[in-house]
Amino acid sequence: MSKYTEDDLREELKTKEYEYGFYTDIESETFPNGLNEDIVRAISKKKNEPEWMTDWRLEAYRAWQQMKEPEWANVTYEKPKFQEISYYSAPNSKPKYDSIDEVDPELLATFEKLGISLDEQKKLAGVAMDVVVDSVSVATTFKKTLAEKGIIFMSISEAIQEYPELVKKYIGTVVPQKDNFYAALNSAVFSDGSFCYIPKGVRCPMELSTYFRINQAGTGQFERTLVIADEGSYVSYLEGCTAPSRDENQLHAAVVELIALDDAEIKYSTVQNWYPGNAEGKGGVYNFVTKRGLCEKNAKISWTQVETGSAITWKYPSCVLKGDNSVGEFYSIAVTNNFQQADTGTKMIHLGKNTKSTIISKGISAGKSQNSYRGLVQISPRADNARNFSQCDSLLMGNECGAHTFPYIEAKNKSAQIEHEATTSKIGEDQIFYCNQRGIDTEKAIALIVNGFSKEVLNKLPMEFAVEAQKLLEISLEGSVG
Amino acid sequence: MELKDKLVSSFMAFEDLIDIDSPVHDIRTEAIKTFETKGFPTKRLEAWKYTSLNSILKPNYSVFPKHENALEYGDVKQYFIHDIDSYKIIFVDGKYSSHLSQTTHEGIDVCLMSAALSKPKYRLVIDNYFNKIAGKDSLSSLNTAFSAEGAYIHIPKNKVVDKPIQILHFSTGNESALMLQPRNLVVVDENSHVQIIERHQSLTENPVLNNSVTEIYANKRAIVDYYKIQNDRQTASLIDNTFINQKQESVAKVHTFSFGGKLTRNNLNFFQNGERIDSTMKGITIIGDKQHVDHNTLVHHIEPNCESHQDYKGIFDDKATGVFNGKVVVEKEAQKTNAFQANNNILISDKASINTKPQLEIFADDVKCSHGCTIGQLDDSAMFYLRSRGIPEKEAKALLMFAFSNNVLDSVKIPEIKSRITKIIAKKLGVNIGFDL
Repeated sequence: MSKYTEDDLREELKTKEYEYGFYTDIESETFPNGLNEDIVRAISKKKNEPEWMTDWRLEAYRAWQQMKEPEWANVTYEKPKFQEISYYSAPNSKPKYDSIDEVDPELLATFEKLGISLDEQKKLAGVAMDVVVDSVSVATTFKKTLAEKGIIFMSISEAIQEYPELVKKYIGTVVPQKDNFYAALNSAVFSDGSFCYIPKGVRCPMELSTYFRINQAGTGQFERTLVIADEGSYVSYLEGCTAPSRDENQLHAAVVELIALDDAEIKYSTVQNWYPGNAEGKGGVYNFVTKRGLCEKNAKISWTQVETGSAITWKYPSCVLKGDNSVGEFYSIAVTNNFQQADTGTKMIHLGKNTKSTIISKGISAGKSQNSYRGLVQISPRADNARNFSQCDSLLMGNECGAHTFPYIEAKNKSAQIEHEATTSKIGEDQIFYCNQRGIDTEKAIALIVNGFSKEVLNKLPMEFAVEAQKLLEISLEGSVG
Repeated sequence: MELKDKLVSSFMAFEDLIDIDSPVHDIRTEAIKTFETKGFPTKRLEAWKYTSLNSILKPNYSVFPKHENALEYGDVKQYFIHDIDSYKIIFVDGKYSSHLSQTTHEGIDVCLMSAALSKPKYRLVIDNYFNKIAGKDSLSSLNTAFSAEGAYIHIPKNKVVDKPIQILHFSTGNESALMLQPRNLVVVDENSHVQIIERHQSLTENPVLNNSVTEIYANKRAIVDYYKIQNDRQTASLIDNTFINQKQESVAKVHTFSFGGKLTRNNLNFFQNGERIDSTMKGITIIGDKQHVDHNTLVHHIEPNCESHQDYKGIFDDKATGVFNGKVVVEKEAQKTNAFQANNNILISDKASINTKPQLEIFADDVKCSHGCTIGQLDDSAMFYLRSRGIPEKEAKALLMFAFSNNVLDSVKIPEIKSRITKIIAKKLGVNIGFDL
């Protein structure tokens, strides 16, 4: 085999096309472009929502009108034109199906290409899927098994109909409507998303997962996810996305709210692979996501994310450690290539006593991309014995990319123990040499090093997801990850 | 009248008073315009997120002093590093005090900014260096607009300055509240070596605000050793803007010791314009009461094979607040850069707080950059070890805290400064022991 060098890898990274770019033509019902109160009302009406929900959306919309797009992130992009986006689209083949045979075959073919065979998943993985194509969920599996345990796992629009008191009680408690520009927009126009409730003391027997896809030209997708783990319960939730190639920029402004009540544990894993734009930096998804979790006493929330896609990523999964002894974790791999820009990180807000948080962030930048870590660790005056450990490592490939870290650390309690460390490096020639010397060729060596670099985070992914994560990482770093 | 309006309206009078035909007239005019547009920085600016100037902008400052006030050496001796022979440039209320000072023109120029700005023989240096690297931010611009007095130090090629240079700024409080704008220029030519000690000292309970700008040029293979001692009264505040431009193979070190003052903001900027440069910035901050110290550092790595080292230690008691905002930028061309940054903090009281933001912005791939930052307490087992050997709690604590900050002191080259700082630390920690155990 000819010598495989870092330059070859860089070349490959540059030319590697997005494999999952395809477009399914499903007849869609799409609203006219633009946003005003009437559109908000129409979305709400379309979904047959109760009045309080309509008012809640309108309140968010009015707040949004007063807000300005945030500009502090270390990214540059052409701002989305909010009046040129259609705010609602749903696959037309309604109503819902009881069995998979009734599903539009074209849609099934889409899943096939994505490697999601519902049947197979059903049998083999034990994963219940709430598949979202554009905005309305069309297939839900394993619902019955979950129902036996009293677990509610459904689309949020169904939940608004069936469990209005639960939704009303919790929605907007962690991410208020007015939290930020995109959260407000999402609150006003969210079309669908997932809702999950784990009753007291129940350990969810399987990994819950949702696939998000943007599938309609010119549609922004506004997902809303709400996960509530009642006292002493446990749930592991998986979220993964791929999107078709398209030239115009697509907007994705999701909101995820997690609520872990006393002694509960939520594990939330994401593999994100939206279309990153082509090698010239044209097109690609704008991913402006607000994710936040609230921990009550002894609760634990763990975020794991593998970010390989999107032209612009703006995402800070956060933990509010409100209860005493609560734990927050954040594990992240962000890979950027070509002209991708990522500004991602986390916020750990320590409010309760003896709260702990861990942040492990790995950034890999190649091509002409910019990769930033931005994090906040805040210890409030009442948070005695709070403990934080943060580690941010960056790996640079080529000298046209950039890696940045912006850690904010604010301590207001003397018993706090905070450690932060960050390093930036490239794949060392001596490391490659060491491997070569032991008969490992350069390609494998790079794979080994990149793998080792991100291992700490990959290890945190649930088994079922590890394969998927590996697959998606390969798209960005094919030839380097073996 | 708001301080900003007052400053802007007194600019004309200020220029009339000195020399309107001065070569820097245009620079000053430009600068006051910048300041007028930008105004004082507010917390809305990212760089000032954790430091509010509101409280120190309120007093009715006299913006440029009219009287000359004399001081006796005996009264102020304690503020000098007096046990070493040194050149001294002393200012009292912004005016040069000739009888306290000891300047020279023999081989080197250790003299005054006002002389440098007005005398033709310095014209070339002023044209080449004055205001070339100072920031265009509002506070630096304000200083530029009112720049008239300060230290002017020019070391020609191949000179090792025989003794350290002390720059002291006293304020007497004969004017009720005083705002000073000292402006220093240090030019060190090829292969030369200089040590400078800078201190601002208020002698009054009246509020004093110093907005100081220092430009330092370290040319090829020059070595600059700069010490800032900040142990002022609770009524005095300091905004220190230092800009250092380094040429190839030069070495610049800045040590900042912050123990006093109401509000202290250190803007320390290094620009590496050449290869194989070494930049070091270290600091010890020990404060209490309602004091506030903000270290805002920038190292701009522009060319390959350079190094930078940062090490800041902070101990915060009572209601003190500390800020560390360290930024390292590595440009695309600056391959083989080694940049290290460490910031360690101890909080002693529940009301004290620390905000730290160590930032890296890296555009080159073959670099070694790291930063580390910790916030913690004294080690219980170390305390126990000392206590079990009969060392009282207070002394044991002081010993541990001294040890915590010791590696910053290690690189201090002038022993007298080291012992002086050690004494200040002991006093600050309320113990009466020497630390040379």
